[in-house]
Amino acid sequence: MNRKLLQSVREYKKQAFLAPVLVVLEVLLEVLIPLLMANIIDVGIMNGDMNYIIKVGLLLVVMAMVSLFFGAKAGQVAAVAGAGYAKNLRHDIFYKIQDFSFGNIDHFSTSSLVTRLTTDITNVQMAFMFSIRMLARAPIMVVLSWIMTATISMKIACLMLVTIPILGGVLIFIAKKAHPHFIQVFDEYDVLNNTVQENVNAARVVKAYVREDHENEKFHKISQKVFDLFTRAEMIVAWNSPVMNFVMYTVVLLIVLIGGEDIVFGTMQTGELTSIMVYAMQILMSLMMVSFVFVMIMIAEASSDRIREVLEEVPEMEDAPDALTEVANGDIDFEHVDFSYAGEDGNLSLKDVSLHIKSGQVVGVIGGTGSAKSTLVQLIPRLYDVTRGCVKVGGQDVRKYNLEKLRDQVSMVLQKNVLFTGSIYENIRWGDENASNEEVQRVCKLAQADGFINEFPLKYNTMIVEGGNNVSGGQKQRLCIARALLKKPKILILDDSTSAVDTRTDALIRKAFREEIPDTTKIIIAQRISSVEDADMIIVMENGQINGVGTSEELLKTNAIYREVYESQVKGGEDHE
Amino acid sequence: MSKQGPGGKPKVTKSTVKTAKRLLGYVTSTYKIQFVLVLICILVSSLASISVSLSLKYLLDDFIIPLIGQKEPNFAELYRAITVLAIIFGCGVIATFSYTRLMVVIGQGVLKRVRDEMFEHMQTLPIRYFDQNTNGSIMSLYTNDTDTLRQMINQSIPQVLMSGLMIIVTFIAMIVLSPILTLLAVVVIFLMIIVARVIGGNSGKYFIHQQLDLANITGFVEERMNGQRVVKVFNHEKKSEQEFDALNEKLFESAANAHTFASIMGPVIGNIGNLQFVLTAVLGGFLSVMGIGNITLGVMASYLQFTKSFTQPFMQVAQQFNSIIMALAGAERIFNLLDEEPETDEGYVTLVNARKDENGEIVECKERTGMWAWKHPHQADGTITYTELKGDVRFFDMSFGYEPDHMVLHDLTLYAKPGQKLAFVGSTGAGKTTITNLINRFYDVQDGKIRYDGININKIKKADLRHSLGIVLQDTHLFTGTIKENIRYGKLDATDEEIYNAAKLAHADQFIRMLPQGYDTMLTGDGEELSQGQRQLLAIARAAIADPPVLILDEATSSIDTRTESIVQQGMDNLMKGRTVFVIAHRLSTIRNSNAIMVLEHGRIIERGDHEDLIKQKGTYYQLYTGKLELS
Repeated sequence: MNRKLLQSVREYKKQAFLAPVLVVLEVLLEVLIPLLMANIIDVGIMNGDMNYIIKVGLLLVVMAMVSLFFGAKAGQVAAVAGAGYAKNLRHDIFYKIQDFSFGNIDHFSTSSLVTRLTTDITNVQMAFMFSIRMLARAPIMVVLSWIMTATISMKIACLMLVTIPILGGVLIFIAKKAHPHFIQVFDEYDVLNNTVQENVNAARVVKAYVREDHENEKFHKISQKVFDLFTRAEMIVAWNSPVMNFVMYTVVLLIVLIGGEDIVFGTMQTGELTSIMVYAMQILMSLMMVSFVFVMIMIAEASSDRIREVLEEVPEMEDAPDALTEVANGDIDFEHVDFSYAGEDGNLSLKDVSLHIKSGQVVGVIGGTGSAKSTLVQLIPRLYDVTRGCVKVGGQDVRKYNLEKLRDQVSMVLQKNVLFTGSIYENIRWGDENASNEEVQRVCKLAQADGFINEFPLKYNTMIVEGGNNVSGGQKQRLCIARALLKKPKILILDDSTSAVDTRTDALIRKAFREEIPDTTKIIIAQRISSVEDADMIIVMENGQINGVGTSEELLKTNAIYREVYESQVKGGEDHE
Repeated sequence: MSKQGPGGKPKVTKSTVKTAKRLLGYVTSTYKIQFVLVLICILVSSLASISVSLSLKYLLDDFIIPLIGQKEPNFAELYRAITVLAIIFGCGVIATFSYTRLMVVIGQGVLKRVRDEMFEHMQTLPIRYFDQNTNGSIMSLYTNDTDTLRQMINQSIPQVLMSGLMIIVTFIAMIVLSPILTLLAVVVIFLMIIVARVIGGNSGKYFIHQQLDLANITGFVEERMNGQRVVKVFNHEKKSEQEFDALNEKLFESAANAHTFASIMGPVIGNIGNLQFVLTAVLGGFLSVMGIGNITLGVMASYLQFTKSFTQPFMQVAQQFNSIIMALAGAERIFNLLDEEPETDEGYVTLVNARKDENGEIVECKERTGMWAWKHPHQADGTITYTELKGDVRFFDMSFGYEPDHMVLHDLTLYAKPGQKLAFVGSTGAGKTTITNLINRFYDVQDGKIRYDGININKIKKADLRHSLGIVLQDTHLFTGTIKENIRYGKLDATDEEIYNAAKLAHADQFIRMLPQGYDTMLTGDGEELSQGQRQLLAIARAAIADPPVLILDEATSSIDTRTESIVQQGMDNLMKGRTVFVIAHRLSTIRNSNAIMVLEHGRIIERGDHEDLIKQKGTYYQLYTGKLELS
């Protein structure tokens, strides 16, 4: 199994090593017990010696108890080791993801991360658990049984010495051969699940366009492919049993043949032949186990590759060792910034953007879909790194700051707002864990959320459900703003965060900003002209470039895009006021 | 149902048995011959493997021992016996080879059939089903439940069949050898079963805990992953890690317990077997010494050999018990889906291509004419009438509730003549989307009527009704495939030219051409690569290509910025020309030119009229329009 992943065993190393040791002890007893049994038959029963039977029988009972103890203990220790290993792997992946930058997050879909944390880890856990038990049991069983055989008949022992590696080789060969096919199967499984997921999500679309048959046809094709691939993979593994059987029977026949002649010529006892038979079976069974575990490891291998992908993802941002922890003020400067989501050679989303914002200013950003408004502001809390040029906050390049400190001071309300399961108090306290109830209420008042919260029967203790779907769009936006305010940031960025809020409330929020947090730099991305009209500075974005900068009045004179948007919105309203 | 409540033990109940039977039906109905062959092959294979221990004694007693001490032993007899044995073994190998391969085909075949049936059936289910079940729980039928089923069919069933046969054959041999000693064996078997149930029950209990804890952690991770950007912006990584650790620890505990109990099963059963051996030896020895029950030493020796090989299959059955119960619970959930009532459709009015003949009468025709008609057969007198498809939609005193005791819409009466544009305004929960659900017959009206071109929509075949309606929803859903394929979804036989035109109409053409692969750009994961606004443009293009007489736009432009919207608006206006349109919009600027605007509140129309009228009324609409009121 994967060495890199095995590092995650950590505190369960003790159990992981203890399990094979206990298994070895159990196996020792398992080899001894048949010997005693043979003695009971050969000596006790055959001579009708009751005393002997009882004496050895008692010994056997004691040994059975000890074997039970070792066996059960081994099972328990292996289970703990396996479950512990899985726990650590989940821990490592989750912690790793927490270190991801936005760029890293873009590489993985939510569902693929969830699968890795569940199904894939379960596969690895099972393989690990069986490995530490079976891979200790099988070799020791083979060796011990072979030694016992050797003490009886060197000839048969030599025969086994030839057979064992051949059989082991064949079984491993089969497993290796099947491995790539299983990987294909799992990939196709992903496709199948994806199709189901799409159909479940988009049931309304499928029905509205009456595309049920179309979807069925699509599904059948994939389903058939899964069937074909899976059948092919399992057909290879299906060679295991007949090959095993064949070798086993051949060995049995050869033993009877060789052993039979030896008995006739008086070089072997009949009881000894029976024992050799038992040992031969134990060896073959052990090999079967090895191949079983091997197939399991092969399947887990595909899973470990997927887990490793996450663990080996290099976080795109690391703090410099002497990172700055203080943000002096809310000044923001963009200097000839180029940015591409795809790195150096990708299409540029931002082209040569230069910009200077003074601490405490209110800045509006407007522009069409795809004009890179969000991209622009995401560079300020360093959610992404610039491709060329630099972004400065408080006079220092954002890359020089400790990331956590920077983001504490640059508070951003994302366009895709998310609230989490929990009470309103808990959700707002994301901004500051230690905030008092009064402080929470204060920011909610600032964000004009206090009013509707108090209308809920449970007020601030109202539970938010997953995704925050039990409050309306406008309410959700205001809660998200309150959450961001609680950080007491030097820079506050609202990325289209008041689109569902009515204009009056929107104005109240902006008024509160101006009066209550005058020193905070406020950047507001909006589609509504009224949200940015009174800003100290408005930036018009177009195709990743700054098209115009100025106050509303200036832009009305100089900027065509601004004028167009202004007229389309303001005129409509004026007609009737 | 196999009760699997929290903390409960998995139990075999009547319905588990029923599920098992139904599952077996799947195997036997498609693969009757193969299944019989499998049974035969397993029988042969088991007999061959039992003959290993049976034959040894026979070979020793009859062919080897008599040769001892002979000067020139004649091995011919022995060789012949070994040849016979070799043939039996050969049959065993062939049988094993055959049944393992047959099982692969049967197992995978059954799984394919189950998956296909599930999917096909799911497509027939009403929207209600999707609204009432979480996506996760439906998905898990296809993943977790099908997976456990696969394991059961592939591993557990052959294992149990084989072990069962071994147990029976060995048991018969033991009875033949000594009925008295077999009584002891029966007692021990009962002991084994009891122990297996206790351990199995405990491990089952923890396995269920494990599933629950796994579900919890999955839910947590899913929520946090979806909000990961928020986590980062708020430096909330540490806190998330702590919460995760707590859930992870719980999962660890239940998993460790579940697997501990599952893995001590083997040693416990095995050593009870050892115990039985000693008891049998002592009792048998005693009996044979006392001369009771015809037990000779030879019989004892053979009997003890069997005792040894008796526990192995028991162990295997016990170990499979849990996975079988878990798989059957999964199968039951799958069958529950298959038993869901499909969407009923008693409609008989269909949509056909039509043209007007020289008398101006509408006649049905095969080729596409661009003109459509409703074909309405009258059962009473056997006549058929044709009504031209125009897009005239009327609601009469319509009331509706998703649950019978909670009405969402009350006594709605409204009409839209062909080519008219109707807009609905109101807060979340006012019932706007519900109206569109009803026109489409995603749900059926409980009270009142909806007429489409004068025909009660309940009489129209759902597929034909939906063909005549175009819909652009609030949540845009795209499918994995190229952009071209996604637009073509609206009309499967559309030419590339038509696709480009539809995209141009929706103002999507420009951004599509900017993409590196243009129209052949692959979309995955619901079009995550595109912005929300771009996805909506694609959805509009998709509706445009279908070219329906009636269009429903449910917040179709909510994520498009106002400037793009004003551009798209031209395209939308083109698209809406000559069609009946129902619009739901948050942004009131887009509905100003509607023929009628309905303001909904709590499922009732509180204001209606065109923009001018409503502004004059200075009511709710006026307040909304001037931004004095927030739509919640």
